[in-house]
Amino acid sequence: MMLHSILFYVFAAIMFGAALGVILSRNPVHSVMFLVFTFFNAAILWLLAEAEFLAIVLVLVYVGAVMVLFLFVVMMLDVNVEAARRGLTRYAPLGIALALVMAIELINVIWLRSQGQDAITEFAVTPEGYSNTKALGSVLYTEHVYAFEIAAVILLLAIIAAITLTMRKRPGLKVQNIAKQVAVKAKDRVRVVKMDAEKRQ
Amino acid sequence: MPDFVTNMIDASVAWWLALPGVVQYLGTTLFKILIVTVAVILCVAFSTYFERKVIGSMQARVGPNRVGPWGLLQPFADVFKLLFKEVIVPSQSSKFIFIIAPLLSLTPALAAWAVIPMNNWFVIADINAGLLYVLALTSVGVYGVILAGWATNSKYALLGAMRSAAQIVAYEIAMGFALVGVLMAAGSLNIGEIVTAQAGGFSQWFLWPLLPLFVVYWIAGVAETNRAPFDVAEGESEIVAGFHVEYSGVAFALFFLAEYANMILISTLTAVFFLGGWASPLEGLAIFEPYHDLTAIGWFFGGGFPWLFIKMAFFMYVFFWLRATFPRYRYDQIMRLGWKVFIPVTIVWIAVEGAMAWFHFGPWSNLGA
Repeated sequence: MMLHSILFYVFAAIMFGAALGVILSRNPVHSVMFLVFTFFNAAILWLLAEAEFLAIVLVLVYVGAVMVLFLFVVMMLDVNVEAARRGLTRYAPLGIALALVMAIELINVIWLRSQGQDAITEFAVTPEGYSNTKALGSVLYTEHVYAFEIAAVILLLAIIAAITLTMRKRPGLKVQNIAKQVAVKAKDRVRVVKMDAEKRQ
Repeated sequence: MPDFVTNMIDASVAWWLALPGVVQYLGTTLFKILIVTVAVILCVAFSTYFERKVIGSMQARVGPNRVGPWGLLQPFADVFKLLFKEVIVPSQSSKFIFIIAPLLSLTPALAAWAVIPMNNWFVIADINAGLLYVLALTSVGVYGVILAGWATNSKYALLGAMRSAAQIVAYEIAMGFALVGVLMAAGSLNIGEIVTAQAGGFSQWFLWPLLPLFVVYWIAGVAETNRAPFDVAEGESEIVAGFHVEYSGVAFALFFLAEYANMILISTLTAVFFLGGWASPLEGLAIFEPYHDLTAIGWFFGGGFPWLFIKMAFFMYVFFWLRATFPRYRYDQIMRLGWKVFIPVTIVWIAVEGAMAWFHFGPWSNLGA
């Protein structure tokens, strides 16, 4: 489809521009917003590939939760932009080397895949009534159930580890005991005292 | 009808049918979007009137009664006042983000309506993962608030934004888990199928098997929209007006519109997920089946948009009722409720649902058959 290709290139170009914006903008908050924009465009590319579950989950998890926390932290931090600039030239060779390795791997994978079969120029069209949410679930919970559960346990461990590492107990902190507050009765708070009237002076 | 009118209608119908399929599809979709957006904005306008009347009567006041009959034109007077006011951009603010923040909070609130079925045939986009789409868009709405607070470059605004962000992230998890319960019961992520899974009168609504999830979803919805008693993001007595303290005119109107559009959205979603959406509570009374051709009896017993509207209006009323009844939550209590009460409740109930599904109970009774 002609329209599909045009849309793909338009969104891919916007995504590329937004990704550049992430590393080139001076303000860290602007960088985070560029990253959000990049994720949105990635989601649109997945929608074009009819992977609606992955696309929406990308928006839900990364844009809706992870990037909100990122923004939260970046807004709180007083990032020294000048110091970060100096680091840019120092770490540039390492970054370029990493990018090259990634590029070689990607090209290798795409090239290997296209060997021995006709070059695929379009996304595969899914049949009518096909739900890739269902397809993903039926594979994830049967064939790959161990990998899935192990990943879940590792994530849980990471959460607990992060909390235990950063939690500090401050002494002398006043905290309500909610159970006690709920269980309170009128007679615990109000004492009705019966007494005779005082004599007139 | 005069001849030239029928000729004109015939000609325009012929012209429309001669257009290519893509253009026809785009045209009808744009028309549907226009209908839904205008309807939502009108609902927002009149819910402000509704709110002031409800709270007025609860506080033994009259409420707005000056503009138009019974004060019905008050919302329009308010809108025109806001439109003609100047938008002031603080000199130390981050200008671009300051301007787009209201748009970022309004767009998701309106875009989420795309997947919501109004009756058994009217829905803009009948997609497979409708429930996920709604969840994703409601979670994106928080950016408007955070960015507004940051771009304003004011202590109060930043504090409001921080409170709101932490609150929304906390309650979103409980909300997501509550929806996991709904999709387990319906066996589908498509919102139309969730409604049809509740067919057969009010005893079949998910309200009954998922009662704890319904309560959690509704309260989390109130918290997500930053409405009283969870309105710490605005907290007039502490931080003036929170994240929108420096917004005026149209920019403020957009935040206002987004807040009310979100409230209507949450009301509608609660009705759709737990109260059978456009289905009638009296559905399944066989004695009225022959009369379903009559429009009024048809929607009264067969379901239709009016039922969805009534359920939505009920939840809007509850929003206002809560606001008139409860004092504002303290911040640490909000966090405790979100993390330590709602999330455990939803997790436990999902396990209970698993057991119910195993024993083919309630909505799962025809699972094995």
